Amino acid sequence: MIYSLVGHYSLILGLIIGLIIFYFSFKNFNNLNLLDTKILSFTFLQLFFVFISFLCLIFSFIISDFSNETVFNNSHTTKPLFYKISGTWGNHEGSLLLWLLVLTLFIFVFLIRTKNQPIKYKILTLVFQQIIIIGFFIFLIKTSNPFNYLFPIPEEGLGLNPILQDPALAIHPPILYLGYVGSSIIFSSVLAATSLKMISTSWASHIKKWVLISWIFLTLGILLGSIWAYYELGWGGFWFWDPVENVSLMPWLALTTLLHCILVLEKKSILTSWVIILSIATFTLSMCGTFLVRSGILNSVHTFANDPERGLFILVFLFVLIFLSIFIFFFFHKDDRKKSFSLFWLSKETSILINNWFMMYFLSVVLIGTVYPIFLDVISSEKISVGPPFYHKLIIPFLIPFLFMMAIGPKLKWIKSQLEDKIYLISLLFISFLLAFLILKNFNQNILLNTILISSALYLFFITLRDFFIKKYKNISQNIAHFGFSLLILSILFNNLFSSEIITNLKVGETFQNSKTKIVFDSVNQKKEQNYNSIIANFYIYNSNGEEDKFSPELRIYNQPVIVTSEADIKTTLTSDKFIVINLVQNQDFFNVRYQVKPFMLWIWISVILISFGGLISFFKKKL
Amino acid sequence: MNVLKITLIIFLLLPFSFIKADEQDKQNKITKNLRCLICQGQSVYDSDSEFANSLKTLVDKKLEEGLSEDQIYEYFKDKYGEWILYDPKLNKNTYILWLLPLFIFLIGGAIIAKSLIIKK
Amino acid sequence: MKKKLLSFFMVLVFGVIFIIFYKGLEDSNIYTPNINIKNEIPVFKSRDFYSGISLNSSDIFEFDKTYLLNIWSSWCVPCRQEHPLLVDLKEEGKINIIGMNYKDNRKNAENFLQDLGNPYKEVFIDLDGTIAIEWGAYGVPESFLIHNNKIIKKYIGPLNQQLIYEMKLLVK
Repeated sequence: MIYSLVGHYSLILGLIIGLIIFYFSFKNFNNLNLLDTKILSFTFLQLFFVFISFLCLIFSFIISDFSNETVFNNSHTTKPLFYKISGTWGNHEGSLLLWLLVLTLFIFVFLIRTKNQPIKYKILTLVFQQIIIIGFFIFLIKTSNPFNYLFPIPEEGLGLNPILQDPALAIHPPILYLGYVGSSIIFSSVLAATSLKMISTSWASHIKKWVLISWIFLTLGILLGSIWAYYELGWGGFWFWDPVENVSLMPWLALTTLLHCILVLEKKSILTSWVIILSIATFTLSMCGTFLVRSGILNSVHTFANDPERGLFILVFLFVLIFLSIFIFFFFHKDDRKKSFSLFWLSKETSILINNWFMMYFLSVVLIGTVYPIFLDVISSEKISVGPPFYHKLIIPFLIPFLFMMAIGPKLKWIKSQLEDKIYLISLLFISFLLAFLILKNFNQNILLNTILISSALYLFFITLRDFFIKKYKNISQNIAHFGFSLLILSILFNNLFSSEIITNLKVGETFQNSKTKIVFDSVNQKKEQNYNSIIANFYIYNSNGEEDKFSPELRIYNQPVIVTSEADIKTTLTSDKFIVINLVQNQDFFNVRYQVKPFMLWIWISVILISFGGLISFFKKKL
Repeated sequence: MNVLKITLIIFLLLPFSFIKADEQDKQNKITKNLRCLICQGQSVYDSDSEFANSLKTLVDKKLEEGLSEDQIYEYFKDKYGEWILYDPKLNKNTYILWLLPLFIFLIGGAIIAKSLIIKK
Repeated sequence: MKKKLLSFFMVLVFGVIFIIFYKGLEDSNIYTPNINIKNEIPVFKSRDFYSGISLNSSDIFEFDKTYLLNIWSSWCVPCRQEHPLLVDLKEEGKINIIGMNYKDNRKNAENFLQDLGNPYKEVFIDLDGTIAIEWGAYGVPESFLIHNNKIIKKYIGPLNQQLIYEMKLLVK
């Protein structure tokens, strides 16, 4: 109980400090020598109070303090300790507290780590960040208080949904938020820099590290979410174009584009408008995403508690930020049109522009696909669903030129370029095409599209690989990241094309057989754990290569809340995953068995890690 | 360098004689395209609810009866409305949905093309 | 000047988007199907629950009569709650109640009817749930008010006093 009190009042103190910071920043804006240490202390204090509040919530979960409404709704005494702790941020109120923690942490680190920049800029960034922070404090305290008091105190909690009790999902929110919420600092600083007319190459160098941090964590956060979905949800899928997934992808697309523009701006004074708009867009999309998934306006697998009152607050908050950004952009940003803006068609600048063009197109596809049903419903009361087929049809064809540009673009020089090694480049193109054709020759569906798609991915693959060995570590981060991307596309394509599945109903002792696989349902045994009982089904699976594998998928019956989940047994190797799940059929004595062979799954995860690793190298590179 | 390439090619050619465990491709394709109406954002293929299982059985029956993929989608659309289909059909409700991204692409291309010099 | 125009345009666009999202919030996001379409009842084949004889839909539903089709199962908890209301409705004798036993075990279903009463003029079975889908149902419990072989009204979820009251008014 004491934790709830301390936690609650820490939040209020944090809010008050925010207002104090605001006040002092405005009062002394032109006389800033006074401000430096005082402001820094207050910023630290604000972070400290949020951190205390967060700790209090964690402790409340650990000791199962059910006088706290959030703990009651989301925890249970029999939950393992690890999941009691991660349950702290696995709910609406706790995750908002995590938002605040990242917001206050980032601005504090920003203030102490930013040297060589004008004080006015730092303070103004702080001011803009405080607008966001104060908004979230009010949102939390008014509509989503993690410290609501329940009386009479319940004996037991309602428990956490068992599919959320998974290690990948436990760390997914913190990692994701470091990226997602971390983009707030880019937002605040770009507004500050624009107001002070500071957008320049030196500013770009300074902000680059923040963009990289946010980008790396966002990439890894999305990866963790996909890994969790693969192991826990559905039948071996890892991306469903579900609104919540799209909502994390959109800031990622904007942030990746921003990263490319910053890398350009660091060297030449162009694309300033792009940088400003993308910085604003990334965080705006994060906020928009928060709105879409917490307000109840969309229907999705990952729902938090839906509450239109909360939705309304975020909506208004989001649009306040949007209108503020529009105002600052148009009022303060003077694009230097005096400089000639014509670019030679074969140059690095053009290739970056083309990259932006394609990325914005992909972003628009995801955005429109996600929000269109809302618009249609409001305007004409028709309900439609927009699912994977939409996204695939609009994105896949455009990947082909995109992959090709990714291979050629980095080779171009600034201003004007000629392609060197033309012979090599063209011959690699032929090799890629031939290879793709050979791989696909036994396929009968969509052979042309798939061949061209795979050849463009292979082309990027070979070019980046060759560059790695020839260029001797010049621009290695870009090389690795692009190579990782080619590997990602290849893995996804091969996984898609070469996956296979058997669905059958089996009783204990029965066998399924076809020309390539034999599945023997050997036995069933039972197990009792801390918070669930499980039925374990044992299978022996033989394939046409003579391999034999033993699988033991489970059915778990959890005690609180009472939910039955199906736990897949997955055998992972470098070449493929073998995946099996069982399910009970209502009223029957057989089990429904699903067995899948999924090539290259591991490479999908590895390639995303490679992409982030490229970013990490860039982060640690010292400027020569 | 060439040695590397050759080994790569060999590597790539090897694992493609995969152990395919195949059945029911067509049914999977259709059920992936149908929304499970009592679930929160899952396809009939992904879901294990009663509704989804009944739907899978019915899709099987209709396939056996000889209905084409499109006919099956029509059948379910009649019963449950457009909401059950994940692939939005191109009709007056969805022109903007399908065409707006393409329109944006073209506009973007035009803006870039304007600022490029073509001759050397 | 061009900038002012552009900024004004952006403000306008975002203003419209705001309004649409605002309205979207107010509407429910749970899709309630259009339950007022007068649809023909489906044609189907089934078996009688007790005797096991094959039945056609035309054997059960006659033109010019009013029926209430109730989809139920012994394993469905809300069905237990609505069942007494159906028994009462039967007593009043105005509407013919037909039962569709959905994905059920014969013994359990018989016990269910024995314990709670049998309000059904006839009961037929839907072992794999496909007949329910033919009717456009979502699950159990669900009920359909039928007249002249057309679906007049669909009730998703368990019936309650209020719905039964409205139903009686409709029948008149």
